Amino acid sequence: MPITQEERQMLEKTACELRLKIVDVMEWSGGSHIGGSLSCADILTILYFKYLNVDPKNPCWEDRDRFILSKGHAAAGFIPVLAKKGYFAEDELRTFNHFGSPFAMHPDSNKVVGCDVSSGSLGHGLSIAAGLGLGARYLKKPYKTVCLLGDGECCEGSVWEAAMSISHFKLTNVITVVDRNRLMIDGKTEDVMSLEPFSEKWKAFGFDVVEINGHDYLQLTEAFDRAWSATERPVMILANTIKGKGVDFMENNVVYHYASADSEVCKKAKESILRTMGGM
Amino acid sequence: MTAVTGTNWTAYDAATMTAREIYGRTLAQMGKTNEKIVGVTADLSKTTAIVHFEKAFPDRFFNVGIAEQNMMGIAAGLAKAGLIPFASTMAVFASMRAGEQVRTDIAYQNLPVKIIATHAGISFGHAGTTHHCTEDIAIMKSMANMTVICPADGIETSKAVRACIDVPGPVYIRIGRGFEPPVYESEGYNYKIGKAITMHEGTDFTIIACGIAVLQSIQAAKTLKEQDGLSVRVVNMHTIKPIDEEAILDAVKDTRRILTVEEHNIIGGLGDSVASVIAGSGKGCIFKKHGLYDEYATIGYAEDLYSHYGLDANGIIGQVRSMMGMEFEADENWEDE
Repeated sequence: MPITQEERQMLEKTACELRLKIVDVMEWSGGSHIGGSLSCADILTILYFKYLNVDPKNPCWEDRDRFILSKGHAAAGFIPVLAKKGYFAEDELRTFNHFGSPFAMHPDSNKVVGCDVSSGSLGHGLSIAAGLGLGARYLKKPYKTVCLLGDGECCEGSVWEAAMSISHFKLTNVITVVDRNRLMIDGKTEDVMSLEPFSEKWKAFGFDVVEINGHDYLQLTEAFDRAWSATERPVMILANTIKGKGVDFMENNVVYHYASADSEVCKKAKESILRTMGGM
Repeated sequence: MTAVTGTNWTAYDAATMTAREIYGRTLAQMGKTNEKIVGVTADLSKTTAIVHFEKAFPDRFFNVGIAEQNMMGIAAGLAKAGLIPFASTMAVFASMRAGEQVRTDIAYQNLPVKIIATHAGISFGHAGTTHHCTEDIAIMKSMANMTVICPADGIETSKAVRACIDVPGPVYIRIGRGFEPPVYESEGYNYKIGKAITMHEGTDFTIIACGIAVLQSIQAAKTLKEQDGLSVRVVNMHTIKPIDEEAILDAVKDTRRILTVEEHNIIGGLGDSVASVIAGSGKGCIFKKHGLYDEYATIGYAEDLYSHYGLDANGIIGQVRSMMGMEFEADENWEDE
């Protein structure tokens, strides 16, 4: 389903609001994985507001599409998008990280309404996605499972065990997305542990790799359309992104992988977001 | 021959089949009436005997290759899809290679994945330490939501495998590798997860055992009756978690001398679970944990290892005799019993 100009503007506006909320959560929670939450904000936005067939009023609906945040540390981006979608009130985000809150640095599916799978330990999500894909096929269910990984996460060997099996079982109902923001805690991915040739690795594992700019809604639409209609080979969307996207002083800055922030920093961050994205 | 309920084998077969074989056949039988049961393995379909399920239901069986972490993750995903996955590999890989997947993907999310782990303890003795597993009870019981079961023989394995379906969360069932002589003559006994079974009545001493140690303990009790005139109770503690506290407290009150026997490191296993119940009771008791004494087993066939490590009847008899020679402190007051 191609994207209209109007739809694109709506999504960009939603993503801008999401980024502002991500900054709020950073302040309310005392600190967050802000960089990697901002890098996947457009991916999360287009999934929840264009592609995923979900119903916030019926969060356990059997035939819903599933989403797995394998890069669980981006809960500070994921949980606000669930709030925005209507699973719970945005005001509840104020409890983030506090005693007894359902919301933490990594999402808990037994606590967060709308969260399909608990995550946080890297390299787990794609195997669970494969299991959901096999289960859906056996039960003749139509739903898709989308799994979002970080690029640094792909250092984990279990990611490749899962990739091998998704390809082997021809699980075209599983859609793999990698948020390729090129930074991990200790620095650039290519300095810490080389991932390149990254696209070729996934291709060699049997995936139809679609490499895009992960902030461009036209390209995101083309990629997800292709993934949703795949019948032969499972699709892996290699989304090139910018860590910290939308906040000028955070962009491509490894310091903001995880950061605590005072209200002054958050104010500047929001000003930056509004300056670059608010006019859309 | 006593027919085994609902399955196509008999007690006679149970005397000649390994627990693994009985597990695989039981699961294949269960699959006929429960379409939610699915199977996963990591290139050990024949070895763990889940192959019987695979042959019967190829459309709901998934072999992921030699990738145990992926196997447990996939099992979690299948459970998330509303199914009841049985995951089988060797105990050492289930509990350690894929330990974090079991903890984070399965136990933390409280998913109904049933892990049937074979080659537990030192049952694969000649394979060497890489394939022994004397740590799994300790690892699995420390995971919240996890039920841990160690059946005494093939018949009890069948009972446990069928009963574990009714546990809403994850279950870990550890079985051995080889042919272990059966303890039970038929399925005609009441089996309940979490409820220990007294195999031999006694008032002087209690042996609390699990797995292969149950049969050896019964034989030890019989010999001790004949040779020493001792009345030894044998408790089959097939469920390590949740532990049957009542059975332990009864043993404390009735016999005041307790030996635990298990094919596991004495640290973290059945013995520690029993010890914590005794300690919490406030009652004094002559107590010893018997098993692997915080060491890796040597090489050898299982039967030779059981003998070497005193996990056979002779070894258990020696333990009981030495504990009968131990004295209680004089100032105890047991009048409240």
